[in-house]
Amino acid sequence: MLNVENIRKDFPILAREIHGKPLVYMDNAATTQKPIQVIDSLVDYYSNYNSNVHRGVHLLSMEATEQFELAREKIANFINSKNPESIIWTRNSSESLNLVAYMWGRANIKSGDEILVTAMEHHSNLIPWQELAKEKGAFLKIIPIDKNGCLDLLAYRELITPKTKLVSVVHVSNAIGTINPVKEMIQIAHQVGAKFLLDGAQSAPHMPIDVQELDCDFLVFSGHKMMGPTGIGVLFVKKDILDHLDPLYTGGEMVLEVTYETATWAPIPMKFEAGTPNIADAIALGAAVDYLSQIGMDEIHEYEKLITAYTLDKFSVLEEKGIILFGPHDPLLRGAIFSFYTPDVHPHDLGTIMDHMGIALRTGHHCAMPLVKSLGVPATARASLYVYNTFSEVDTFIDGTIEALRYFKNGS
Amino acid sequence: MGLLKHCGILKMDLKRVDDLYRDKVILDHCRNPRNADYLDNSDIHCDAINLFCGDEVHIQINVDDFRKITNVGYQSEGCAINQAAGSLISEYIKDLDLSQVRNFISEFSKMLEDKSALDFDEELMPKLGDLTVLHRVKEFPIRIKCVLLSMTALETGLDKVK
Repeated sequence: MLNVENIRKDFPILAREIHGKPLVYMDNAATTQKPIQVIDSLVDYYSNYNSNVHRGVHLLSMEATEQFELAREKIANFINSKNPESIIWTRNSSESLNLVAYMWGRANIKSGDEILVTAMEHHSNLIPWQELAKEKGAFLKIIPIDKNGCLDLLAYRELITPKTKLVSVVHVSNAIGTINPVKEMIQIAHQVGAKFLLDGAQSAPHMPIDVQELDCDFLVFSGHKMMGPTGIGVLFVKKDILDHLDPLYTGGEMVLEVTYETATWAPIPMKFEAGTPNIADAIALGAAVDYLSQIGMDEIHEYEKLITAYTLDKFSVLEEKGIILFGPHDPLLRGAIFSFYTPDVHPHDLGTIMDHMGIALRTGHHCAMPLVKSLGVPATARASLYVYNTFSEVDTFIDGTIEALRYFKNGS
Repeated sequence: MGLLKHCGILKMDLKRVDDLYRDKVILDHCRNPRNADYLDNSDIHCDAINLFCGDEVHIQINVDDFRKITNVGYQSEGCAINQAAGSLISEYIKDLDLSQVRNFISEFSKMLEDKSALDFDEELMPKLGDLTVLHRVKEFPIRIKCVLLSMTALETGLDKVK
């Protein structure tokens, strides 16, 4: 098993105390902490070869360009994309999704077409399609989930028709942790000729992703949820689709030849990256991917399965006390994201108490308002783990929750 | 250290949260919210939802011919702070006239949002009565919005009155 204690040493922030207690950081679905290797990579760029890319003839620019494009290759290798040109830098998953909706959606979705998403989508994989459907007179259909928080695959088979042009699905739910059977879903989508978009925001950081094996047409994910900096995200598009897309943004960097009347576009992927890109953060995301690969994505996934099983087991104590844990209870069907509801204590009050124990949780609807509403609760508390979380931190979290419940129960 | 530092029985030092959650007035209002009955024939409806956290506040107000508040109904969904604050405020505004409520909203919100002091304005404190306990929330900046939601509701309601 991987050495969590050694991994923890790479994360300066994990040595911090919060309200006098060791930090137990369990808000990884919101954003993850950064290892020193990623922080150093940012400092190295700004200290030693800060320069614009793809234009200067001077050495700094050449070094910056080399590192920037090397980072793109690292991302391509990380998801086993045949072509680095299939990797487009964006700000985050949300921007990646919007780019697909604007560049591919506006050109390919017509009146009467259907778009399928699931009932457990993040707002970012729902609203762009609502807007697109409204604009084009297309239909947005929702694949329901069962009472365990798993996707209803039978319903999916019934909902998908030859009119379905796009299926856009979250790989791992940020709100309830469910891992969706996307490989099977992609095959079903392709049988009717629909394209498949995979939202990997909560999966790419935690498990190996192979775009060739999965055969997804689009993949999106965010750098900051996988130890990288904020402000850098990825859009993968299959090359044969990318070749036929027009850019959304135009301007500098993305052109071949410009006259006062017209312009021609640079080759992919540059034609989709107008303006000076986020050079430092792209390079640092490359460093994050190096770090993850060095540990090994298989090893990370295995470790997270173990800590998920352990946490689920511990949750049974909380469930006896009336706490409701959402999502599947089989550790193989879910990631290490635990959304729960404490009937006697509002999630925000729980969050404040836990914060004073040093435990960082998220409370609210987790950008999945329709889903949380359908669970019949006003909000949930969520603990989301990563490879640097220890089993004893899980104990701290469980004991802390029990303590917080007792605190409110005994309050007088 | 390392793995061990999280082990063992947790000895929670929750003195700081005690300031908020062990305050007798806050606890009392949280458990026994005042004016909780919905007013069917209200003159003014005040509703606010914080979409970020899902908390809701609903206030109904009756006024007399002189725009003085004669009756208040208050319901909320949300955390303890939201509930206690709404209950306290529903008591406070009874018998005020609408312009006094407007003044109260602006002064009280200003005091809550003022980062320069942890306490409320001393001159205003006596006027506020039990409401002064809400200054404790200032030590938990992220929770100030839980108190402010009732203010937002009142403001939205009053804005509808000509």
